[in-house]
Amino acid sequence: MKKSVFLGTLAVSGLLAGMAAAGTLDDVKARGILNCGSNNGLTGFAAPDANGNYQGFDAALCKAIAAAVLGDASKVKFVPLTGETRFTALASGEVDVLIRNSTWTFSRDTDLKFDFVAVNYYDGQGFMVKKELGVSSAKELDGATVCIQTGTTTELNLADFFKSNNMSYTPVTIADDSEGQRQYVAGACDAYTTDASGLAAVRATLPDAENHIILPEIISKEPLGPVVRHGDNNWGDIVRWTYYALVSAEENGITAANVEETASTTTNPEIKRLLGASDDNLGAMMGLDKEWAKRAIAAQGNYGEIFAANLGESTSIGLARGLNALWTQGGLQYAPPFR
Amino acid sequence: MAMASDAPKGGFRPSMLIYDTRYRAITIQVIVLILVLLCVSWLVHNTMVNLAAKDKDINFGFLWNRAGYDIDQQLIPYTNDSSHGRAAVVGLLNTLVVAGLACVLATVIGVFVGILRLSKNWLVGRLMTVYIEVFRNVPVLLWIFVAATILSETMPEPKDFKVTDAMIAAGQAPKAAMLFDGAVALTNRGTNIPAPLLSRPLGSLDLGLITLNFSFLAMLAVIIGSVLVHRLLLRRARAVQEATGVRPATWWKSLIVLVVPFVALLFALGFHLDYPVFKGFNFKGGINLAHSFTALLLALSLYSATYIAENVRAGVMAVSHGQTEAAFALGLRPSRTTRLIILPQALRVIVPPLISQYLSITKNTSLGIAVSYLDLRGTLGGITLNQTGRELECMLLMMLIYLIISLIISAVMNVYNSSVKLKER
Repeated sequence: MKKSVFLGTLAVSGLLAGMAAAGTLDDVKARGILNCGSNNGLTGFAAPDANGNYQGFDAALCKAIAAAVLGDASKVKFVPLTGETRFTALASGEVDVLIRNSTWTFSRDTDLKFDFVAVNYYDGQGFMVKKELGVSSAKELDGATVCIQTGTTTELNLADFFKSNNMSYTPVTIADDSEGQRQYVAGACDAYTTDASGLAAVRATLPDAENHIILPEIISKEPLGPVVRHGDNNWGDIVRWTYYALVSAEENGITAANVEETASTTTNPEIKRLLGASDDNLGAMMGLDKEWAKRAIAAQGNYGEIFAANLGESTSIGLARGLNALWTQGGLQYAPPFR
Repeated sequence: MAMASDAPKGGFRPSMLIYDTRYRAITIQVIVLILVLLCVSWLVHNTMVNLAAKDKDINFGFLWNRAGYDIDQQLIPYTNDSSHGRAAVVGLLNTLVVAGLACVLATVIGVFVGILRLSKNWLVGRLMTVYIEVFRNVPVLLWIFVAATILSETMPEPKDFKVTDAMIAAGQAPKAAMLFDGAVALTNRGTNIPAPLLSRPLGSLDLGLITLNFSFLAMLAVIIGSVLVHRLLLRRARAVQEATGVRPATWWKSLIVLVVPFVALLFALGFHLDYPVFKGFNFKGGINLAHSFTALLLALSLYSATYIAENVRAGVMAVSHGQTEAAFALGLRPSRTTRLIILPQALRVIVPPLISQYLSITKNTSLGIAVSYLDLRGTLGGITLNQTGRELECMLLMMLIYLIISLIISAVMNVYNSSVKLKER
């Protein structure tokens, strides 16, 4: 007797519709702020300074992207992520781009449905031990207890390294760099392993840095770079070419200080195209305005300036350019032509 | 009467679904059911659409892929060549072992503290009140951190146990010494205890995800057999007592039945202890109980024990004092009064809330992630989830496993509850 009255209610289910994903660029522009997934505290790469503002090598790239897309390098919301939460945060759309010392691997690129758009730091995994342990090579670490960040490639490399050298170890699984540092200092592990750049950064913040050594072995290739979600190619292009704009700026001697002057005085056609000083509108090809690259360079400087300010030999971390020098100087950093 | 003739005799009208109390309850239930179904279908639909938008599928095939990572505490053999599924089983066993031990420890402490809190001794009673109020009113996560920090910051480093030739020559003792005549070493990384080993084990059968250890199964069979024979023995003693009024002495028979077969089996299997020895960086041999395990176990036990203590106190206080007086009047001694009169009645009140305590202990083990304890949450829901990127599958599987564990605990405890509850005839 009551059947006919409420049957119509069931039809409501027909109203349900799936969420159609809009382009990331439109989302960022509408929001007016760039959500950048960053490390929750690795000095030199991304860590809050005394005023709570994120500073570092990776943080500078976030600011450059914000300057290119939104016209203001300060329009970045840094979302601190652990090694474990970063990819979920990117996949779920919590962040627009992930720049958090993330290694480009096959399965992350394919199976996890991400795109690594560039390599902003060529790294490798190393070990740090206390000097008093009397160890000079990673091959002497048989039986050691090793602190390791969970959810990282280093976790898998470590297992492979010890297996291939017929050695045993006890893993102490930790969530992020700062916790790893605490455990290592407290003596919960003999060795701390992560990317060599990360080790240098951790060592620089230790009060007794001279009592800790980084072992010479580099046991893996760790190309670190910005990551975006699979499928939004235009957004991937923006992140990729913003990064290459910074590299290209270093190649051409454009710095944060002289970018305005260069744009108005240069006669080099490639620089004119890059800085939007010629009639070619490169920015429009990916949905940005003409001067996107000029703003990106003005934000924190070119690649070399960012490296020198955050990681270089004049900082406490003191890393040499090494593989991260320009290709013209024997390194691997090479920007495709802006044409 | 007038009331009966007031009811309308006419046909059914739709408005009666709301205004007629005969139909209103059914109407509301149907509406709620439809709303719930709509919610569920929306959730499933939304998940499917979003997975499709991300070009992802639901696939549990990763469980058979190589895991590639190591786990420090393994109850069954595991290497980084084992599968993700096997890693999940290792994690599950770690969850179960810490949950099981915490339940036992919390019950023992809880019963003890609950009864002491009723003590007429002012100091003992107040001390127990302080313990209960302090532990019960601070989140268990903080207690886990406190336990882990105390253990890792106060204990000596492994290298303090090192004895070099120079030190022997100088007659110098190492900075830290092992306890119990070289059997146990407490370091800032863990507790090293002797490992029970078998020199003539019965072998094992590997079934992929799990391994059948025949030595362990043989021990289990012997223990169960001994207990069954022991119950037979007691039943016969009771029969003799009921027939003749004299209870035969059973203690030495019990001892023989319970202990001798097990010891004989251990001897046959070549049971011996492997002592931890300092070598290189760390202790080798023995079992290393990581502080993450000890801290989790201690914190969960001490925290949950306070709730159990209150349950016990409530149970004992629920038994009216008249029962004790009646038992004394019948000439029962205090110990028998407690065992035969008070406890059976108190258990009726204690057991149902105890079930939920056991459930919450089991689920709280997942907080072990805070101190890097690789339980089910740490392996399947942590490293595997991360390395494979199968968030939905891992989470669903993990929820299912926790649900099954909880349902099993509930079922077992409900069986126990029905055996102690008031028998109504």
